[in-house]
Amino acid sequence: MNIIVCLKQVPDTESQIKIGSDGVSIVTDDIKWVMNPYDEFGVEEALKLKEKFGGEVTVVGLGPKRVTESIRTALAMGADKGVLVTDDALEGSDALATAKAIAAAIKDLEYDVIFTGQRGVDDDQGLVGAAVAELLDIPQLSLITKVEVAEDGNTVKVERPIEGETLVIESSLPALITAQKGLNEPRYASLPGIMKAKKKPLEEKSLGDLGLDASEFGADARKLKILELTPPPAREAGKIVEGETPQEKAAELAKLLHEEAKVL
Amino acid sequence: MAQGVWTIAEQRDGAIRKITYEIVSEGRRLADALGQELTVVLLGSNIKDKAGELGQYGADKVLVCDDPKLDPYTTDAYASVISGLVKEGDPAILLLGASVEGKDLSGRLAAKLDVAMAQDCTVFAIEDGNLVATRPIYAGKAYAKVTFENSFPQMGTARPNVMSLVEPDASRSADIADADFSLDDGALKTKVVDVVKDESGKIDLTEADKIVSGGRGMKGPENYNILEELADLIGASVGASRSAVDAGWRPHSDQVGQTGKVVSPNLYVACGISGAIQHLAGMSTSKVIVAINKDEDAPIFQKADYGVVGDLFDVVPALTEEVKKYL
Ligand SMILES: Cc1cc2nc3c(=O)[nH]c(=O)nc-3n(C[C@H](O)[C@H](O)[C@H](O)COP(=O)(O)OP(=O)(O)OC[C@H]3O[C@@H](n4cnc5c(N)ncnc54)[C@H](O)[C@@H]3O)c2cc1C
Ligand SMILES: Nc1ncnc2c1ncn2[C@@H]1O[C@H](COP(=O)(O)O)[C@@H](O)[C@H]1O
Repeated sequence: MNIIVCLKQVPDTESQIKIGSDGVSIVTDDIKWVMNPYDEFGVEEALKLKEKFGGEVTVVGLGPKRVTESIRTALAMGADKGVLVTDDALEGSDALATAKAIAAAIKDLEYDVIFTGQRGVDDDQGLVGAAVAELLDIPQLSLITKVEVAEDGNTVKVERPIEGETLVIESSLPALITAQKGLNEPRYASLPGIMKAKKKPLEEKSLGDLGLDASEFGADARKLKILELTPPPAREAGKIVEGETPQEKAAELAKLLHEEAKVL
Repeated sequence: MAQGVWTIAEQRDGAIRKITYEIVSEGRRLADALGQELTVVLLGSNIKDKAGELGQYGADKVLVCDDPKLDPYTTDAYASVISGLVKEGDPAILLLGASVEGKDLSGRLAAKLDVAMAQDCTVFAIEDGNLVATRPIYAGKAYAKVTFENSFPQMGTARPNVMSLVEPDASRSADIADADFSLDDGALKTKVVDVVKDESGKIDLTEADKIVSGGRGMKGPENYNILEELADLIGASVGASRSAVDAGWRPHSDQVGQTGKVVSPNLYVACGISGAIQHLAGMSTSKVIVAINKDEDAPIFQKADYGVVGDLFDVVPALTEEVKKYL
């Protein structure tokens, strides 16, 4: 069973987000870059499938050279090889263009299952997985918390929690699965894993290598234009509810929620 | 030239979901701003009798796609039918809800149509005849105002619980038509084989009007009953911080935050939650935030409209008693 995991590098969730002087990008100076947390679930699930069925796990990342580091992390967790799609012309591409380049990098590889995260915790689009699936003409199974590949390796049964119920969905393979929280507990890279990762193959591909036209990528080709980034609306400084005892405070709070906030 | 606003209705078991009324209401406002028509596409099996309701919320037209293969929802069937209709109808704007189904469908649809899409928006507006969308990014640590370039339809999904509902008007009615579509069986590669209902009967956090959330301060899974009692009384759903989820006290689906659910209730009550940046990110679009925490320096108080400094094991049960006066 050959499995591909798409890996996006994102700012660590601890990061404070500051808006750059151009008003349309963020300041990246102090940012620590990490593997998108949802992609960690993808790597873990891929490794579990490999343990059961054999085969190879390939990690595909797209972005600047720094993404190498996150791909190495996935290799240290146990993935077999990495592909980094990197090209100056990709800088500022929107989700659709990103998906086109990723699909081009995947199309000639062998795969039964592709994992992506359900969304990147940076721009929160959750679009690349579906677009890659569409471009490769395979089914997509989004926001999945359980994956069971049939013994014969031809079909998969997954669980997708939706509002108020959980759907059990069956699909033919190959298919693309987007990982949701709850799918698994990602393993940590072990020290021997980290040592081994240094020797695992990691190939770089440019747009030219993929046979793609650079003019269709990058900030100028964006179909989704960013007009402006702003900080979140500031919340008004709140009230500390007064009272001598918990009962008094509770009584005052209930009154405020009823009379002032009008939510009770 | 592309004309009109289209929204995709979401229904489950034949009942229209609230998110649908939200996007139909928003679609009506955008259509009015453009001076164009609002069309709602309704898909399902034996669903046509629901089309009238959509008219009362402002639809000018309802395009009905009635087929047993369209119930229950599957990505392949819906994306295939809707992309065909959109190519044919050429709307200027296409709106969906950012529910689980809407997120799943919108991504595939955008890719099929090869258009840009703005996911999980909190504001839509028309500027110079074009759609401008505002969406939280970095889980709400910043907001992006976006527009579309050579990309029709201009496509967006709306965060649940954010768009205001119009009052349904019983005197309004839509022009209801059967859509002309075909569905190729061979193209359907996925199938829903089972549906497991959530026994709690609680509204999902993303759609809840009120949420009572508990963090590490709850000290153990057995103590959530005090939150459940308050929640039951005021019609709230119960959420949790990641610490509570990671400790195994609450299911993954209850986690609020940057790597959990992003929620926008009218009332969010955080009990024993410190207010880490990842948690705040997931609930900062709540309308009214209450924090109950024994540490007066907890960062959650900086975001709370009402803060109670005190032991939650005293305050929460007392609050449960006090709210009874107002119900
Ligand atoms: C990659 C990543 C992603 C993350 N994503 C999320 C996410 O999506 N959601 C999320 O919530 N977190 C997330 N976190 C975790 C986050 O950083 C915090 O660790 C977490 O939110 C803390 O949970 P807490 O507030 O319940 O616990 P704590 O920070 O331990 O706070 C407990 C609070 O309870 C109070 N308390 C204790 N006893 C009482 C009492 N008897 N009465 C009243 N108050 C009391 C204490 O004063 C304290 O403020 C993420 C972390 C990482 C690294
Ligand atoms: N630049 C990228 N390189 C590799 N994978 C990506 C990239 N962008 C998005 N993805 C994949 O798509 C998922 C969803 O990302 P997004 O659509 O950007 O929210 C991520 O979790 C990744 O698995």
